[in-house]
Amino acid sequence: MTIRRPDNPIDETHSREVVVANEQGLHARPADLVAREAQRWESRIEFIGKAQRVDGKSILDLLTLAAEEGTHLVIEATGPDACEALDAIGNLFDKKFASNDSNAVTHSEKTQQEKQVSGTSARINAATCEGVADRNTNS
Amino acid sequence: MKFSDFVSVEAIRPSVSADSKEGVIREMTQSLVDAEKIATSEMDSIVKAIMKREDLGSTGIGRGVAVPHTKHPSVSRLVGTVAISERGVDFESLDGEPVQLFFLLVSPPDRPGDHLRALENISRQLRDDAFCKTLKEAGGPQEVWRLLEDADAQSIAS
Repeated sequence: MTIRRPDNPIDETHSREVVVANEQGLHARPADLVAREAQRWESRIEFIGKAQRVDGKSILDLLTLAAEEGTHLVIEATGPDACEALDAIGNLFDKKFASNDSNAVTHSEKTQQEKQVSGTSARINAATCEGVADRNTNS
Repeated sequence: MKFSDFVSVEAIRPSVSADSKEGVIREMTQSLVDAEKIATSEMDSIVKAIMKREDLGSTGIGRGVAVPHTKHPSVSRLVGTVAISERGVDFESLDGEPVQLFFLLVSPPDRPGDHLRALENISRQLRDDAFCKTLKEAGGPQEVWRLLEDADAQSIAS
């Protein structure tokens, strides 16, 4: 029999796996991008890789992952906007941090892209997250 | 990767005089030239490349720390140095704070893993407030070097 903690659906933990797909790995600029995206959400965001768990909202923490190209990481989000956060952050990995390493976008372009990304992912998320939430409440 | 694997003790500058971003980067790059880690003829090209990287987003990662860096074909292995500014320098940091601690890295273009492992080590150590504080207060190159060596020894032990 599972012992249920006091029901608080907004504090469920959701997770997803991402792969570092860009050639240069999760170096300073992508880590900055990911930390900034993570900071936009209320949920606690953690990255798990190489047997360590770090704060996804901290660029220093993300850099300690030293995640090279091909590294698999698990992102865990806990909080009311966990699903949306996971989609938005996952999206950054999916599109290899929105730039190739030798020809990156400038600050203003980046901000614009981030806005577009978060708008899109918020819509997708409402649907994709239901299944995870159900699984979590049943466990 | 330990500090001693990429920091050149001869290039450590515990008290930079420059008070601008480019000034500090130039001073640190010059220190690597003086330490014969990079060629004099490549100096301008390296400074320019580091500044270009800064244009994409400041490497002032907060907590009074910056990690200016670039890849450059003129180096065959990762070289780096440490500088400290007593007053702090406006580096357009992510948290807006002036920067006192600088770790400058120049890495070969074909070794992204080494660059990541240097960043890993720097960021791991810099999460330790006591380490940052003692480093900022270090009096001379030898003292900085000793602190880096101590940090290396601790990271191996842990």
